[in-house]
Amino acid sequence: MNANLLLLAIADGVSYAGLLFLVALGLTLIFGVMGILNVAHGSLYAFGGYTAATLVGWAMQAAGGPTLLLLGALLAAAALVGVVLGVVLEIGLLRQVQGRDPVLQLLVTFGAFMMLEDAQRLIWGASPYSTSEVVSRLGTSELLGVTYTNYQLLLIPVMAIVIYAALQYFLRHSRVGKQIVATTHNAEVATAMGINVRRIRLVTFVLGAILGALGGALAAPTTSLVPGVGTEMIVLSFAVVATAGLGQITGALVAAAMIGLARSFAIYTVPELEVVVPYLIMVIVLLVRPYGLFTVARARRI
Amino acid sequence: MLIRAITAGGAIACIAAGLAFPWAKTSIVTALCYGLAALGVAVLMRAGQVSFGHAMYACLSAYTVAFLARRFPGLDAALLIGAGVAASLASGAVIGSFVVRYREIFFAMLNLALSMVLFSLLGKFYEVTGGTDGLRIDRPTLAGIALDRAGYETALLLVTVGLCVLLGSLVQRFFHSSAGEALAAVKSNETRLEYLGLSAQRILWNGYVLSAGLAGLAGALVALLQGLVTPESGYWLRSGELVFIAILGGAAHALGSFIGALAFEVIKLFAAAYLTGVWQLILGAVLIGVILVAPGGITGVLLKPRRAAKPKFQPEPVAGGS
Repeated sequence: MNANLLLLAIADGVSYAGLLFLVALGLTLIFGVMGILNVAHGSLYAFGGYTAATLVGWAMQAAGGPTLLLLGALLAAAALVGVVLGVVLEIGLLRQVQGRDPVLQLLVTFGAFMMLEDAQRLIWGASPYSTSEVVSRLGTSELLGVTYTNYQLLLIPVMAIVIYAALQYFLRHSRVGKQIVATTHNAEVATAMGINVRRIRLVTFVLGAILGALGGALAAPTTSLVPGVGTEMIVLSFAVVATAGLGQITGALVAAAMIGLARSFAIYTVPELEVVVPYLIMVIVLLVRPYGLFTVARARRI
Repeated sequence: MLIRAITAGGAIACIAAGLAFPWAKTSIVTALCYGLAALGVAVLMRAGQVSFGHAMYACLSAYTVAFLARRFPGLDAALLIGAGVAASLASGAVIGSFVVRYREIFFAMLNLALSMVLFSLLGKFYEVTGGTDGLRIDRPTLAGIALDRAGYETALLLVTVGLCVLLGSLVQRFFHSSAGEALAAVKSNETRLEYLGLSAQRILWNGYVLSAGLAGLAGALVALLQGLVTPESGYWLRSGELVFIAILGGAAHALGSFIGALAFEVIKLFAAAYLTGVWQLILGAVLIGVILVAPGGITGVLLKPRRAAKPKFQPEPVAGGS
């Protein structure tokens, strides 16, 4: 592997890790507050991607599409999908099974995932979808002799870092953020302290859903969307979340970087193993630390 | 009594329907095989665990059958089935020793992740596995007898019905053996189980190997019936269907999986005729509906009156067993 390929692999890996982090962040946030692994998160990613592709298409037709408008369309798609599907899923489903057997809660999101997969195929069909216009608008940069698109090299990683920082600030310094942290620690005590846990659950779920959809929307310009992207993403982002430890935000950043880079190195060296590498990392980590890298020890409740 | 009547009636109805309408044979055998595999999922469900990747054992077994049948033509179907089940038991034992350390979300998703890896590897290594086109299997002899297509399907139908009745009752007996009751205790309170001096991991591992074997048997039978194995048989959607059947049938009795599987096959035929393209949508909707309305599934509803005889006092389940 020469230096150019190495750089290319790193650039690929960082950009992919950024997307992975956004999706995993949504997943881990929802888990922290609600104790639910939202399997339908993969569908949110797919819906975000498809909606972004559609909106960017419209923006280009209607206004000729200045670059900023196209970027705005990506973000708008994520917000739209996150709010609409997030509210529907939380109020329509998760609220109904709150407090039930965790396996049943998991199965309910799995059922929603199956339904959304078909809904997505009904709306956008089975042929590949993509919208690379945004990427070519932003141009390319040369880094030590390797040319790479600004979109993947700068926009995605910067976006991921900004969102990470903003979320940390939000959780530590805003009223709602602090309430979310309190609910994560203990929902019953939070209720006793006068926090409206119902509202917090809804807010968190929608926030997580937007992050999942944003991952999809940002991925839309660089990948082609086909039925099944949602499945791949939910499993992969679970691998990130599990490696980090469920509910760990900073951990998810580190784990996403690890898995994103490892995956892109695998693509350049042993392409057959591309799919296996993320799980290999997860399995090795879980063998040594069964509840993830960054989980703190918890008291056992009998 | 009710259960026995349903079992006997169901077995006879399956055979009679298969003989009366030859076109239905494939559907019936497929449905029963789904039932066998779903029974495996139901075994784990009794322990409170759900696997989103159990189709991988059916798939592993099917590929074992295909590899052997192509490498050694003339190998008997009985041997092929045995080899398929052995392969799924062995892989279940290895993978199980790792996944039984986890519960609930981790357990479900690790199984899903492993099945996704298997699925994509089968699709990628074209030279060995035939890629997404899969591998063909020529019709083997069954117990030393070479049969024509109709006879072969009838024989498979009889074998499958026999195996379903046999394994269904054995698994039901297992549920009420001490090992089976211990398995159910993993769900109700693992910590108390450990205090009794039993290893919860070991107990769950037993259940896991059993469930892998059941799924493997189903996979081998379907492979022999269809004469073709594809990576599709290990796709997550297949695993989802198994979970669906197990939930629909309920884990209260081994018979539930088979009732669930037949109901599933009927929904499938109906959907194929009237609602093409929304298959997963229907499955998902029914799954959510069953969970919201009758979380015990069909057998949960059927066996309800008996529960009233039990003492009213039920110890409160304690949150967070570990």
